[in-house]
Amino acid sequence: MAVSAPSDTSRSTRSDNHIVTEALSKTYREHGGTLRAVDGVDLVVRPGEVFGLLGPNGAGKTTTIGMLTTRILPTGGRASVGGIDVTASPAGVKQRVGVVPQTNTLDRSLTVRDNLYFHGRFFGLGAAGARSRTDVLLGRFRLADRAGARVDALSGGMAQRLMVARALLHQPAVLFLDEPTTGLDPQSRLALWDLLRELHAHGQTIMLTTHQMEEAEVLCDRVAIMDGGRILALDTPARLKRSVGTDTAVDLRVGDARELPGLAESLRTVPGVAGVDLRDGRVRVVAHARDGLVPRLVAHAERVGYHLTDMSVSEPTLETVFIALTGKDLRE
Amino acid sequence: MTARAAPDGVSASPGPPTRSVRAVATYAFGALLLRDLHVLTGEKARFLVRTVSQPLLLVFVFTYVFPAIGQGFDPTGGRSFTEVLVPGVLAITVMIKGIQAVALPLVQEFGYTREIDDRVMAPLPVWAVALEKIVAGAAQGLLGAVVVFPIVWLVPAQPPDLAVSWGALVAVCLLGPVVASAFGLVLGTYFEPDTVPLMFSVIILPLTFLGATYYSWTDLGPIPWLQAATLANPLVYISEGFRLALTPQLPHMRTGVVFSALVILVAVVSYAGVKGFERRVLG
Repeated sequence: MAVSAPSDTSRSTRSDNHIVTEALSKTYREHGGTLRAVDGVDLVVRPGEVFGLLGPNGAGKTTTIGMLTTRILPTGGRASVGGIDVTASPAGVKQRVGVVPQTNTLDRSLTVRDNLYFHGRFFGLGAAGARSRTDVLLGRFRLADRAGARVDALSGGMAQRLMVARALLHQPAVLFLDEPTTGLDPQSRLALWDLLRELHAHGQTIMLTTHQMEEAEVLCDRVAIMDGGRILALDTPARLKRSVGTDTAVDLRVGDARELPGLAESLRTVPGVAGVDLRDGRVRVVAHARDGLVPRLVAHAERVGYHLTDMSVSEPTLETVFIALTGKDLRE
Repeated sequence: MTARAAPDGVSASPGPPTRSVRAVATYAFGALLLRDLHVLTGEKARFLVRTVSQPLLLVFVFTYVFPAIGQGFDPTGGRSFTEVLVPGVLAITVMIKGIQAVALPLVQEFGYTREIDDRVMAPLPVWAVALEKIVAGAAQGLLGAVVVFPIVWLVPAQPPDLAVSWGALVAVCLLGPVVASAFGLVLGTYFEPDTVPLMFSVIILPLTFLGATYYSWTDLGPIPWLQAATLANPLVYISEGFRLALTPQLPHMRTGVVFSALVILVAVVSYAGVKGFERRVLG
């Protein structure tokens, strides 16, 4: 039995699924000093957007999500979810959000099935409604055969699936995921990515934190790069990569090194090429966009009579952007 | 602008909630109670054993074995110790059940994985989640007293001579368990999870032994300092409440004092517990 989605799932009819923060701050007092965990964050997450907070541990990502989900009280600025202020009406915000936290917060006094069932009851479903939603999600998240198990008997990947199912059970306006794939095996990670893409296709607003640049690039419409409690840059992954002057670089080699200067000169005329230089026995071609570049280069070289023996493409990544912005590595 | 219906139930959201925040929160409060009831039902055997063992042993040894072997300490001048003990055992049961019902789960919920977030993210204010814990704990405390009552009635060699004052009994059955579970919330939120087991030796045992449970508070006259000091023990008022409700013929604290104290304790201890819970839950 499948429960069909509610009929008003259209993106354009929703008005409660955007996030706005203005100078949002959180300062902790500890050991006589103060720690500015989040320091004046301004952002707008649009309806239907997948928005990523990317940064190393301690950047303030989890604290930001904590404030947006009413678990942490801001000490400065304001934030709202779906137009509802997180400080003025935390219960109103909680009604609209689904949260997948970093740690396993499943109810260990309940079975897998009852974790979902009672979550449904908490969020206003009647007994029958909660039961049928539970069945649907148990099936969708491949947990049906473990429905009667206690949650501490689940593997890490299964517990994570159950937490995602729980967060989605009440069909939240905004889904928050805090480091959702940390500690997951590669297969579970890809499955979660697929799910998030599917939700995105249905117009679900999603905010996630990650310290994995690949995850941010693959999933997010826009990414805010955070460090030291501040947002250093905020844009689409593609524009972020362009913004710091990093480009696609293609290195080409030919059998006879004496041919390299001629090849280099000739490649300057290929459309899309921004620069060519000779170094270490290879030609490096730099371009602002990768679209169709490699086939054009290969075709051109063959046409003018050079036989390429080796080629490698290096793309800019959000990691390069992060290093350019902070001078340090994401994993530091 | 047609909606895409997801066949698998993992679709995006259903649109703005139509019910008011207050209505949703009230429903969530009830659902939290339902969850606690479900957990309690699942472990009813354990609940029974934990509830019954101490009162059964107390009553058995002091009111069945002692009279039978002629080892009577008859400190009450001809009064049966059974009548002194019955209100005390009921009060101990209410107190320990109420505290356990709230404080012990909090050890797990505030533990490393912060399971408490599962319940705190339900769509109701954090103070209401705390209040639900008090209500659920109080219900367990009262249930404990109900379970124990047949024991104190049937086990003694001589059934206790009770003169039930129903109004006072209802009042103490409503107020006592709330004081106990609110106290459990205070302990559960102010103690670090790993020190909660210690709390039973350091706080619960002194409270129960010095809670006017094995004697009436008014009989403490010969030890004035102890009589004064134990006024700070909430269990004293619950014991004296049961005493004036069940065995009014024996000495007991004045009714006005008992119920004023219980009402004040309900307010003050609940407030402290809710504040402690908010402090622990909200970063």
